[in-house]
Amino acid sequence: MEDFTPVSGLVGGLLIGLAVTLMLLLNGRIAGISGIVGGLLTPKGGDTGWRVAFIVGLLIGALAYILAVEGPAPVEVLASPTAILAGGLLVGFGTRLGSGCTSGHGLCGMARISRRSIVATAVFFGVAMLTVFLTRHIF
Amino acid sequence: MASVAGRTLAALGCGLVFGLGLTVSGMMNPAKVIGFLDVAGDWDPTLVFVMGGALLVTLPGYRAILKGRRPVLANSFSLPTKKSLDAPLILGSALFGVGWGLVGFCPGPAVAALGLGSLRYSGSSEQ
Repeated sequence: MEDFTPVSGLVGGLLIGLAVTLMLLLNGRIAGISGIVGGLLTPKGGDTGWRVAFIVGLLIGALAYILAVEGPAPVEVLASPTAILAGGLLVGFGTRLGSGCTSGHGLCGMARISRRSIVATAVFFGVAMLTVFLTRHIF
Repeated sequence: MASVAGRTLAALGCGLVFGLGLTVSGMMNPAKVIGFLDVAGDWDPTLVFVMGGALLVTLPGYRAILKGRRPVLANSFSLPTKKSLDAPLILGSALFGVGWGLVGFCPGPAVAALGLGSLRYSGSSEQ
């Protein structure tokens, strides 16, 4: 467990939680990334600006931390190109079909004690763990 | 129109804090996410602290905010209305889980890495 970083994990989590909570307080919206990006693909009038702004903000926030504090943080993708392609398609299609991802269901929905979100979160965490077990330890 | 500008600015600020949190937490790195999902391997529980930290804020925050009549910059809350546990929810979440487990990217870090990936890789290749 040499990579275990509970303090930075907790601080980062508090910041993510703050962002998600402020989004509800100010704009009355769920800060789910798959929903925010997905809404850009089926644009409705007057519903595009805040989505783009959130994504731009996300990039600026990540970039600011990288430039100011840490330097280029590692992005280690261990999967093969084929697995990356398949994984990307599954994440995109699955989160749209399932109405949410780690942020929308996992943080916002859980915070609303939504039955749908609690079940969705249990399913995607469980299936992801099973997938990692099968790909890393069986095949 | 002023409120549209306000909501856009608020979204920018929230996105910024979200992106900051993603990078601080280490969850931008798929290898770290896989380290959590790999319960049978050298398990890295960091993701529990990220989710826990976020829920420490969202659980009481959502409860307090939703007692109010409306958000600060909009006329009403825009919340999901579906209540039933239907097949698309289960199937979609399962497909997402397979993709997440294959690569280690969920949508937030994937979007950030797509936007910043080339910069990060160019930075690290100079070492």
